[in-house]
Amino acid sequence: MSSQPPLRPSATFPLDVLAEIHRAADQGIYEIRGFGTKRKVPNFDDLLFLGASMSRYPLEGYREKCATNITLGTRFAKRPVELKIPITIAGMSFGALGSHAKEALGRAATEMGTSTTTGDGGMTEEERQSSKTLVYQVLPSRYGLNPDDLRRADALEVVVGQGAKPGGGGMLLGQKITPRVAKMRDLPAGIDQRSACRHPDWTGPDDLEIKIQELREITDWQLPVYVKIGATRVAYDVALCVKAGADVIVLDGMQGGTAATQNVFIEQVGIPTLPAVRMAVDALKELGMHREVQLIVSGGIRTGADIAKALAMGADCVSIGSAAMVALGCNKAVHVEDYHALGTEPGYCHHCHTGRCPAGITTQDPQLEARLSPVQGARWVRNYLTTLMLEVQTIARACGKSHVLNLEPQDMVALTIEAAAMARIPLAGTNWIPGVNTPI
Amino acid sequence: MTTFDLAQAPLRELNQRLHNAPQGHWSIVHPDGRHCIAAGVDAPIDIEIEGHVGYYCGGMNKQARISINGSAGPGVAENMMSGTIRVKGNVSHCAGASGHGGLLIVEGDASARCGISMKGSDIVVAGSIGHLSAFMAQSGRLVVCGDAGDFLGDSIYEAIIYVGGSVSSLGADCVEKEMTAEHLKSLAELLSASGVKADPGRFRRYGSARKLYNFNIDHASDY
Repeated sequence: MSSQPPLRPSATFPLDVLAEIHRAADQGIYEIRGFGTKRKVPNFDDLLFLGASMSRYPLEGYREKCATNITLGTRFAKRPVELKIPITIAGMSFGALGSHAKEALGRAATEMGTSTTTGDGGMTEEERQSSKTLVYQVLPSRYGLNPDDLRRADALEVVVGQGAKPGGGGMLLGQKITPRVAKMRDLPAGIDQRSACRHPDWTGPDDLEIKIQELREITDWQLPVYVKIGATRVAYDVALCVKAGADVIVLDGMQGGTAATQNVFIEQVGIPTLPAVRMAVDALKELGMHREVQLIVSGGIRTGADIAKALAMGADCVSIGSAAMVALGCNKAVHVEDYHALGTEPGYCHHCHTGRCPAGITTQDPQLEARLSPVQGARWVRNYLTTLMLEVQTIARACGKSHVLNLEPQDMVALTIEAAAMARIPLAGTNWIPGVNTPI
Repeated sequence: MTTFDLAQAPLRELNQRLHNAPQGHWSIVHPDGRHCIAAGVDAPIDIEIEGHVGYYCGGMNKQARISINGSAGPGVAENMMSGTIRVKGNVSHCAGASGHGGLLIVEGDASARCGISMKGSDIVVAGSIGHLSAFMAQSGRLVVCGDAGDFLGDSIYEAIIYVGGSVSSLGADCVEKEMTAEHLKSLAELLSASGVKADPGRFRRYGSARKLYNFNIDHASDY
């Protein structure tokens, strides 16, 4: 008797594609979700460090200093931002996040001597009070933007785009537009809010130069002005940001997260952080502005190794968003029944857009939000940031560096040809950088 | 009256002095199209600008009463919080963008995107306005005594538009609405406050049809 032949899956129509087509046929709208890209792209895992050897001396783990402090905004601002660590918390809106999450992030950042960033909903009192160094975003939506908050910020960040959706505006679905959120955004409660994708009063880099001038005039040139871009045409965009007068450029690779946008945007638009960093540093060096205009990199930064690699490639700082959410309890195996109710499991959840976050992070529901204590959340994020910095310093000392910014591309090798080409770092065991030289 | 000559001293010095002045009456001469004049003022002071200004004049204004005796470049009164800005001439695009409060008066014409993203301010234009005006306008009132260009009020939220002349076309989800006694009264008060003479009875009201507030597949073609 012959046995049942094995089932043959289709590479063109795998199960998740079949399910998505069925869903689209049922609902007639693109999939909207949170989190970042789930597809595998070349990333920092494809690079390795060369530690100490006969030709390089390490620093002692305890006795020999490995400094981590950085200064942002040295180009024009009267009051640059001084940070103790080269990791900041990325812009995430109140609305996308609840107030407990924003407060927890602010407390942790203050303890660690770094900054948080507002988001598409404007500045909340909880965040201003809890965060010693606060970057205030100026977004296309201009929700809640006002000169009083501009003046009590520590830096400004003009958002042109973000890695999850370069060319897209913010999105907050009706279930998260509570009366408080609606009031802050001057919108009716319960609508599906879609921010504009372009700024209302400027379009190109020549206008941006004047817009930055206006922001400086309003704040009496005190504050650094960052410009945030999603990673697309990085070389041109970085050069134009410099020309427009940015003090700092924030570059968000395609792995960058969001609380809500179209899945097709997240997965199919933008370039990975790995090549984006190299392109940005090249552009800055070509203009003679590397380290004069500081570069903050974000998009899929998870570990101390990721941070060390970004710094070694020439970034001045990194920013974390999704990873900070995870530190707060995102996708942790707690309240598992609530993950099931969303149709998912801990470890797979991307349902930030629903407002039903089991961890109490990306929700406006008071009962869910009560699950996240700002004090406990701050402790988790502080511990995570501390771990990250210990990892960065471990690697830096092993490479013989007395400051983490002294890490350099020569400290690394690539594991794949793609990573070698994208990062312009030789393939391990060779001197080959595709597109640069011929392998020996 | 304090006079400041922008041909003799830099803009930075002017704006710093305006930011430090709790009261007073200022005359700014030789603006010569400079950008960001009187941006970020936060005091009940009177400012008269004798000539044309560039971008973002009066940006983020609070409390001040600014009069521009000329024309204005893009983004005049952008993000205004309160106070009054009057432009005797014409204004370029994005006039009154994202205003949260206060009153912008344009005695001439406005270009494209007048009142874009407005969030509670009032704008009165004695002349006509360009295309895509009141785009994504969230709240506040836009009064146009002349004509309005294409795609008026595209993706509008709860802002109210009054037009005395013709409308080339309406944008997505913007429809004509009934002029009630309450709206006539509101319009008359705005016209009076702005000093612009017009008969409220000849205006039509436009606002959101509210079909795009929550996604509905039957309205997908409106996007």
